[in-house]
Amino acid sequence: MSGVRVLVGTRKGAFVLKSDGKRERWDVSGPHFAGWEIYHLKGSPADPDRLYASQSTGWFGQLIQRSDDGGETWEPVGNEFGYEGTPGTHTWYDGTPHPWEFARVWHLEPSLNDPDTVYAGVEDAALFRSTNGGKEWQELSGLRGHDSAPSWAPGAGGMCLHSIILDPDQPGRMFAAISAAGVFRSDDEGQTWRPVNHGLKSEGIPDPDAEVGHCVHHIAMHPSRPSVLYMQKHWDVMRSGDSGESWQEVSGNLPTDFGFPIDIHAHEPDTVYVVPIKSDSQHFPPEGKLRVYRSRTGGNEWEPLTNGLPQSNCYVNVLRDAMAVDSLDSCGVYFGTTGGQVYVSADAGDSWAPIVRDLPAVLAVEVQTLS
Amino acid sequence: MIRVVLPAHLRTLARVDGEVELDVAGQVTQRLVLDALEARYPMLCGTIRDRRTGQRRAFVRFFACEQDLSHEQPDTPLPDAVSSGAEPFLIVGAMAGG
Repeated sequence: MSGVRVLVGTRKGAFVLKSDGKRERWDVSGPHFAGWEIYHLKGSPADPDRLYASQSTGWFGQLIQRSDDGGETWEPVGNEFGYEGTPGTHTWYDGTPHPWEFARVWHLEPSLNDPDTVYAGVEDAALFRSTNGGKEWQELSGLRGHDSAPSWAPGAGGMCLHSIILDPDQPGRMFAAISAAGVFRSDDEGQTWRPVNHGLKSEGIPDPDAEVGHCVHHIAMHPSRPSVLYMQKHWDVMRSGDSGESWQEVSGNLPTDFGFPIDIHAHEPDTVYVVPIKSDSQHFPPEGKLRVYRSRTGGNEWEPLTNGLPQSNCYVNVLRDAMAVDSLDSCGVYFGTTGGQVYVSADAGDSWAPIVRDLPAVLAVEVQTLS
Repeated sequence: MIRVVLPAHLRTLARVDGEVELDVAGQVTQRLVLDALEARYPMLCGTIRDRRTGQRRAFVRFFACEQDLSHEQPDTPLPDAVSSGAEPFLIVGAMAGG
């Protein structure tokens, strides 16, 4: 029987939420790694029992955990993330050069085909790859070696590489997004990279349409149409129809185009979800109403989805990696909040219900659709 | 026999209860104790000191015999009471964060 496994990373541990295809009754396990920050965890598309988790604290640093049984048991694997060569400097908040320093792993992206290959996006921004199940990590230093890297500067949350997308149609093509540098694309398995930010406009930087320097919050791709990308930027929701070569704004009638997550319906590549947030100085929903907005037209025309979501006195945020979709016939949409709620919609956003209400602040939500 | 007390998070990570007992040959130093600890429990590598530089992590402290030894050089001999096993070597998560 089909079902789903929802992997939730929080400020104080990881939780695994399981249900059958109806997505009405849930089994909740956790906290795993209690007391540690779990920035992200994700399952291998090639082996759903293989999971990877990023575990860290300011006290004891970074660990990577691996499960080979769908999250029942975990083993720590490699945690040595050494920058290749002499790390050099990037630009600090005050404009001065600042040495590259590893802080944590923000995102783990397992290979589409090989359970032992997994990519890690880290702060300070760099991309690492393991080909032995997380035991050892090598930097794909061509990204940080790009000519623009010394000019990269951190966003408010640190200079993080937070989004990694692997193109299912063109082996070797991958995208990485960095706050606050922008989107980069590789067509040679991560050896060389170039920025793909044409069309982005950011008023918060000296040159609004600079090639590099944009605070991209998240990007998403639909596997059936990998040339189309969607982006939630610091401000603006954007769409690219040509693998990032150019971007057009599709914020349309959104009440605010600031936000963090963005995701796409599993079966409708033009159906997109965002969670508008009031502003960069007030990280909560406008009017205290938690609303997911859905576009069925690839952006520009958006409708609020409110059924089952709090419509008064709600001042939570939804972080960039805290939204996901399943691929059951009726697409499920999931998101977690900084208030500790994880919501599910089993009908593509028409109605919502909380799976859990009182977890620690949610950092990441991923979903596995199980056969 | 050297007795080491780990903070709760690292006891969980290493899957140990209570104190850890380690054999360290020769003059007992902080470096040799940590080397032996990480050899026995490799999952602790990087959690107490930086894997490349060997520097103590900022929010980790080393106590023994009611003294803060955090700022001692790694090769400074530890107190005799630690070397003899009379007193434990305490690895502590610093009080930080409110």
